[in-house]
Amino acid sequence: MPVDVARMTKVFERPKSLTEARYTYCPGCHHGVITRIIGQTIDELGIAERTVGIAPVGCSVFAYLWYRCDAVQVAHGRASAVATGIKRARPDLVVFSYQGDGDFASIGTAESLHAANRGENITVIFVNNQIYGMTGGEMAPTTLVHQKTTTTPDGRDPATCGYPIRFSEIIATLDAPVYVTRQALYDTRRIQDCTKAVKKAFQNQVDGKGYSLVEILSTCPTNWRMSPTQANEHVANVVTQVFPLGDLVDRG
Amino acid sequence: MALRQLLRGNEAIAEAAIRAGCMCYFAYPITPQAELLEHMARNMPRLGRTFIQAESEVAAISMVYGAASAGVRTMTSSSSPGISLKQEGISYLAGSNLPSVIVNVVRGGPGLGNIAPSQCDYFQATKGGGHGDYHMIVLGPSTVPEAAQLTTLAFDLADLYRTPVMILADGLLGQMLEPVELPEPIDPASLPRKEWAATGAAGRDPNIILSFDLGPDNLKRMNEALQAKYREIRKREIRYEESDVADADLVIAAYGSTARIAKSALQMARAEGLKVGLFRPITLWPFPYDALRAVADHVDTVLTVEMSAGQMWEDVRLAVAERAKTPFYGEMGGVVPTPRSILNEVRKDAR
Repeated sequence: MPVDVARMTKVFERPKSLTEARYTYCPGCHHGVITRIIGQTIDELGIAERTVGIAPVGCSVFAYLWYRCDAVQVAHGRASAVATGIKRARPDLVVFSYQGDGDFASIGTAESLHAANRGENITVIFVNNQIYGMTGGEMAPTTLVHQKTTTTPDGRDPATCGYPIRFSEIIATLDAPVYVTRQALYDTRRIQDCTKAVKKAFQNQVDGKGYSLVEILSTCPTNWRMSPTQANEHVANVVTQVFPLGDLVDRG
Repeated sequence: MALRQLLRGNEAIAEAAIRAGCMCYFAYPITPQAELLEHMARNMPRLGRTFIQAESEVAAISMVYGAASAGVRTMTSSSSPGISLKQEGISYLAGSNLPSVIVNVVRGGPGLGNIAPSQCDYFQATKGGGHGDYHMIVLGPSTVPEAAQLTTLAFDLADLYRTPVMILADGLLGQMLEPVELPEPIDPASLPRKEWAATGAAGRDPNIILSFDLGPDNLKRMNEALQAKYREIRKREIRYEESDVADADLVIAAYGSTARIAKSALQMARAEGLKVGLFRPITLWPFPYDALRAVADHVDTVLTVEMSAGQMWEDVRLAVAERAKTPFYGEMGGVVPTPRSILNEVRKDAR
């Protein structure tokens, strides 16, 4: 029987605040899912015309191509400081930074921590995939103990490399942040939870409440040397043991 | 009517920045520029403007990058070691064509050096400092009133050319008190709108601020556009001052505080019958090569005097191009030349 398109109800579509540009991400990587969640959130809050996104360095360096909103591409690690500058200059704008684990929790440690401590009214999306994806799979501050990377070929040895850093927990010790949470995307329930968390983190800013951080456990099948399915299982069974999911701060 | 006040160089720069419509100021404490930061801390919030004592100079220049991206006039200040930390951000500001003002109240180096006046950051300011093929406009005030005037100019040039502009002062200028006639405050809302800024894509296509393109051909075009801008700046914005050069046999080339001291030496030399002049670059980048070359054509000697091991001296020699002798007298480590010590050098070279 021929399908009558005119009589069908559209239940799923590309968010209007995403462009038609194709992702440069590898198959099975969660960056694309996160980008979609942010786009959907911008749509639902109706803030595309006053949102400024901050694109970092790394696999998400092209983030400025995906969103139909203004964007600023910044130096590695400095996104939270740049977000501070934009937001203080124009408090009417909605400013979000999108930062990987190396960006947010290693080279940008000072900027990340102090923007949170000042309670800047910004939204930070912190993508934790425990590896430096774009440069070829080197150790990240969040790399698991014994995890093999190109700079820990025998596995991360805590005796010389320390332990995976739980940066959101550090930020949760501060008085200023209103919302700090860790989410994942390995199944549909987690995707729904994460979507709610991202929306809340943007809503907090729109409502003038202050600093919100959503850490998202992401995959890197390419550098983890896993299939996308294996990578999802790895997050569910192994990564969440080191980085437990849930809200760390909710003063909203 | 313009207001006349007794101000330190640091305060004069801060107050001139406020009057030029600086809406956001970010910095980290360091001697000998602390009064600048403190003046901003006292005055920016009560005007409803942004003052942040940043966690580091790296963060402060990144905040400048953000505020400039959002289209407001913005500034940071520091002194030598702190300016080294800002080089990353300065390169990004240049690469992304972001108007911004950076003040360096130079102190003795290298390393921790000391907190005494110096001109040892000339290379860093005028030749790059950060990575990539870029320049800042670099302005070298020699008195406190001129520091205020050049601060006003710095904001205008930054906006006009969409470029970072540095005010290259020194510890002496920063700390010295002088009567200053401050300009009337401008209304920031009266400034031309920055259509390129990241202010929300309402009724227009998104604006993207970036210094990045993976494609070599595209990045080459971005670089060519930068170089075209620098050619335009070289053509239109060179500034310098000449004193008593018309009949001079010897011309002192000096900038900043050193030029002011050299003026006293010049008067002492003239009193002795020595025909001495002064050539003072005001824009250190772009450097007034042609003007200095024209001077060199009719003098025997161009004596460079600096508080460094001879950094501007290289540009002087490029300009003079062997048309005249080019001796050098420099002090380092925070030692300031005196009119007498410069006069001694003049006497040696004038013979």
